[in-house]
Amino acid sequence: MIAAVIPIALTLFAIGVLLNLYRLAKGPDITDRILALDTLMINSIALIVLADIQMQLGIIFEAALLIALMGFVGTVAMTKYLLRGDVIE
Amino acid sequence: MTTTEIPFLLELVIAFFLLIGALVALLGSIGLARLPDFYTRLHAPTKASTLGVGCTLLGSLLYFSFINEGISVQEGLITLFLFVTAPVSAHMMAKAALHRRVRCVRRTRNVPWEGDES
Repeated sequence: MIAAVIPIALTLFAIGVLLNLYRLAKGPDITDRILALDTLMINSIALIVLADIQMQLGIIFEAALLIALMGFVGTVAMTKYLLRGDVIE
Repeated sequence: MTTTEIPFLLELVIAFFLLIGALVALLGSIGLARLPDFYTRLHAPTKASTLGVGCTLLGSLLYFSFINEGISVQEGLITLFLFVTAPVSAHMMAKAALHRRVRCVRRTRNVPWEGDES
C-alpha cells in the first residue's frame, strides 16, 4: 500500500511546488517572494523525505535538515534586511 | 518492496499519514497561489504547509523506525526544527510587510497606517 501511496503524495507535492513557483514569479511585492521561497523550502523537505522512502536509502536526512536550517536562516536574513536595511548591524 | 514485512495495520497508518500530509500541504500551496493579498497569503502556507510536512515526517518516522529496528531520530529532529522555526519566520515576514505597508484588501479593518495619510 505504501508503494501505491508514495507516487500520489509525490505528485501532490510537485503540484504544490509548481504553485509556489508561480507565486515566486508573479508575486507583486518582495514579501510575497520571500513567503514563496519559504514554502518552497518546506515542500522540498517533504519531497526529499518521500524520495528517500521510495528509493530505500535512509541517508538523505542530512540534506533535509540542511535545507530546513538554511531556509530558516535565509528567510530571517531577508526579512531582517527589509526591516532594518541591514542584515548584521 | 521491502526486505522486512510491515504489518498491515502499520502500513495503513503510514499510508494515511503520507496521504493526509500531501493533501494538507497542497492545500497550503493552493492558498498561497490564490488568496487576494499578502496577509491572507501568509496565513495559508505557514499553518497548512507545516502541518502537512509534519504529517509526512511522522509517517516517515514510523516507516524507518520499523525498517531499521530502532527509533530514527532525524525525522523527529527535522519536525521539531520546523515546528519551532515556522512561527518565527512567519512573524518576521508579517513585521516586514507591515513595515513596508504592503497593500491589503479593501475590507481590512484597523489598518495601522490608515489615519496618518494627511
